[in-house]
Amino acid sequence: MTEQVIATPVKNPPIIFTQDEIGWTPWIAPLAEEDLTERHYAGLVEEARAKSPYFRLLVRDPEVLEARTRTDKDIFYNTRTGLPRAERELAATAASRFNGCIFCASVHSRFASHHSKRKQVVQRLLDEGVKADLGERWNAIVAAAVALTATPPTFDQAHVERLNAAGLDELDVADVIHGAAFFNWANRLMLSLGDPTPAR
Amino acid sequence: MSISTPDVIDLLAGVKPGSELDRIRAQRPQTREQAQKSYLALFQPSDPGDVSVQERHAVASFVAGLHRHPDAFEFYAAPLEDQAAGTWLVEVLKAEIGRAQATGPYGRYPAGPLTAEDQEGPSYRTSEASRETLGPRLAAALEHAHLLVFHPRDASPEALQALLDAGWTTTGVVTLSQLVSFVAFQIRAIAGLTVLASATKRAAA
Repeated sequence: MTEQVIATPVKNPPIIFTQDEIGWTPWIAPLAEEDLTERHYAGLVEEARAKSPYFRLLVRDPEVLEARTRTDKDIFYNTRTGLPRAERELAATAASRFNGCIFCASVHSRFASHHSKRKQVVQRLLDEGVKADLGERWNAIVAAAVALTATPPTFDQAHVERLNAAGLDELDVADVIHGAAFFNWANRLMLSLGDPTPAR
Repeated sequence: MSISTPDVIDLLAGVKPGSELDRIRAQRPQTREQAQKSYLALFQPSDPGDVSVQERHAVASFVAGLHRHPDAFEFYAAPLEDQAAGTWLVEVLKAEIGRAQATGPYGRYPAGPLTAEDQEGPSYRTSEASRETLGPRLAAALEHAHLLVFHPRDASPEALQALLDAGWTTTGVVTLSQLVSFVAFQIRAIAGLTVLASATKRAAA
């Protein structure tokens, strides 16, 4: 009656932080695509996500997945006002680098690079870690994301002042907070439910 | 029921209607609404399925305690106190939180260049005495929650198998993982917005 994990050893797993398109494989069974109901599709929000084993695993609890997905999209894609997308992705990458999520860091460093056109600078964060010198504005964002990612969090007034001094207003700072906080959700799922797999 | 539930992040971050922070949050209406819906889906589920509402609150209280956030701990522990033997359960949770303290994130990387960044830290097991009150399911859930909160990069298939062996289902493991990870998010949103709220108040003064 006890259920079993489905994990099999990954050959040639990614062992460094990279902007390559690596993959991810679950340790416990996702739902089969043919078993998905309307409620599951509502939880997936986008039909295309039915192709992803990660989302077909999370959709076992469709109510939570739906609310989580909609939270995620607003935090990162609602960019009419507030912090530019690139810097929200930078906060996500910094949290992922600090927690040690190689998969999350790969996806969101690519987004940060794409939207900022500063791939080499983003790569420094991956190669050197969260103390890398990326210029003061990005350093302030990374430091804030890292302080919020520590358990317990060490984010304080000095981080807000440094962000303000770097040109971020209150809404921008709130976007940094949400971007970093959200990756403390995402990193824990990705790290604890499966393994990264090599780029194809 | 859910209509009368206050917005938890506003409540615990002290965001008052009409304040500067209230206006800032209003510019991300989906974030605000869907973070609350995530909370409701986890703690007032339409169908609790494989994870009881009591288990959900017990694990969330533990996670809040590990983050040393007393208000969030009280918030999640309060519904437990109303239940039979709930007061005793909360005492056991407090004792386990005391034993489980650490500073994260730590843990190991896959062997290679990142090994230089490995950081040692404690692995947590519930005490034998607490296990009697918690039972095998909840004891296993707290041990897994500690791993996720403080050293998620040490996660492994074996850790998930330990949950399954303790009576969790695969779907229950997904709900538990979402719950611990959600509370890790929620507490950081609260912690960050609390700091920002006091910054905007000082700027206005």
